[in-house]
Amino acid sequence: MKKIVKKTLIAMAGLGVLMGAVSANAGPEEDRLKVVNYFKNKFPDLKPEDYVLSALAFDPDARYQYNSIMEFPPYLGVLEKGEKMWKTPLKSGKTYADCLPNGGKMIAGNYPIFDNAKGKVVTLEDAINDCRVGNGEEPYKIGDDSTMGTLSAYMRTLSDGMKMNIKVEGEGAMKAYEDGKHTFYARAGQLNFSCGSCHVDNAGVRIRSELLSPVVGQAVHWPAFRGGDKLTTLQERYEGCQKNVRHVNDKAGSTRYNNLEYFHSYMSNGLEMKSSVFRK
Amino acid sequence: MRKRASIITGVLATLLASSAYAAETGKDIAFNRSKGNCLACHAMPTLPDAEQPGESGPPLIAMQARFPDKKVLRAKIWDATVSNPATFMPPMGKHQVMTEEEIDKVVEFLYGL
Ligand code: HEC
Ligand code: HEC
Repeated sequence: MKKIVKKTLIAMAGLGVLMGAVSANAGPEEDRLKVVNYFKNKFPDLKPEDYVLSALAFDPDARYQYNSIMEFPPYLGVLEKGEKMWKTPLKSGKTYADCLPNGGKMIAGNYPIFDNAKGKVVTLEDAINDCRVGNGEEPYKIGDDSTMGTLSAYMRTLSDGMKMNIKVEGEGAMKAYEDGKHTFYARAGQLNFSCGSCHVDNAGVRIRSELLSPVVGQAVHWPAFRGGDKLTTLQERYEGCQKNVRHVNDKAGSTRYNNLEYFHSYMSNGLEMKSSVFRK
Repeated sequence: MRKRASIITGVLATLLASSAYAAETGKDIAFNRSKGNCLACHAMPTLPDAEQPGESGPPLIAMQARFPDKKVLRAKIWDATVSNPATFMPPMGKHQVMTEEEIDKVVEFLYGL
């Protein structure tokens, strides 16, 4: 018995050393290149820009359907509402364009950022709320589709064509990134899946009739409109997947989800933003 | 009167519960999305009604020939991570996705494939 324990300890120490060595030289860019190259080998026919299409990239029929829906999306009314909200002055008389960097255009790909002063991840939705509060308004609820969701659905279109450009610099940023990475790769729940089980290991594979999308490209096209005009934000999608796979889910806007979005968005660095799209 | 009604309801409930239980064959359990949900990942090529299977696991076919020892098959379903730590397959018994009886029934069902 003692012998076994000792053996196990030695084995565990060996593993620890190994893992220490791996994490010592692994940074966000190494992490990203590792999955990008993994997919490159697995799907030699996919072009980098195809990843923006997620699961549609593997299914010509679904892609055809997508293209025809995108010609005249059923959710244009929501975008129009969002545009009105975007242009309506806040209590101070200023508009969102006045208080966001670059007039709010071509900035979505920079978010989430890590705010050193606040010591936490700030999503684009948080930045919009900061703008509201700074100009005399109440913050919107992060998970409320009729306010924040609708506004962001329009606002994010102002960044179409920008490349995702997440930066992880400094100790706090690195910690938040690592936390998000852990949420993504740790197995959890009754079914013992991690996000990576489906969106890395089994990307391009069907479970039942559903094709699994690769993590690369997943973060660039939100909110998505599902089944017509049902608005779904990226973090609502996290909630949905966690519920589906029997994880303990958070609510949109939680620190865990913000950190997850930070890591998750980094994995799409270099890909073009495209808001707002149809998804099944 | 009341007492009798409640006894009858009780008897009925027991009957219903046990008949529902009896009706749950290994196949039902394997197909049920909230239990085995095996079709999410495995084809069953010998069953015409095993429609739209997923493709991440190997097809479940010729099980008796491939798993002459039933215990090995049962162990795979109970906790697939033992033989393959990186597996995608949920540990059905260990994480109580299915009960022990349900697993036994599914093993019998698989032996017919
Ligand atoms: C057992 C499988 C499974 C697991 C585990 C899983 N998902 Fe999903 N996920 C799906 C399926 C199926 C879809 C819909 C098809 C698709 O686009 O991949 C999906 C879609 C998504 C999408 C939308 C993709 C797009 O571009 O439209 C995101 C984002 C996502 N998942 C994130 C996550 C995250 C984060 C986790 C972990 C917390 C997770 N998923 C865990 C199966 C899974
Ligand atoms: C989420 C995916 C998933 C589900 C659900 C699933 N499996 Fe699997 N299964 C796999 C994968 C992947 C493998 C191959 C890797 C391995 O051996 O662990 C596998 C392997 C197996 C094997 C070994 C096959 C062989 O040829 O070695 C058996 C038997 C099996 N599964 C039975 C079942 C049964 C029965 C169910 C339902 C009660 C089920 N599986 C549900 C993914 C799944």
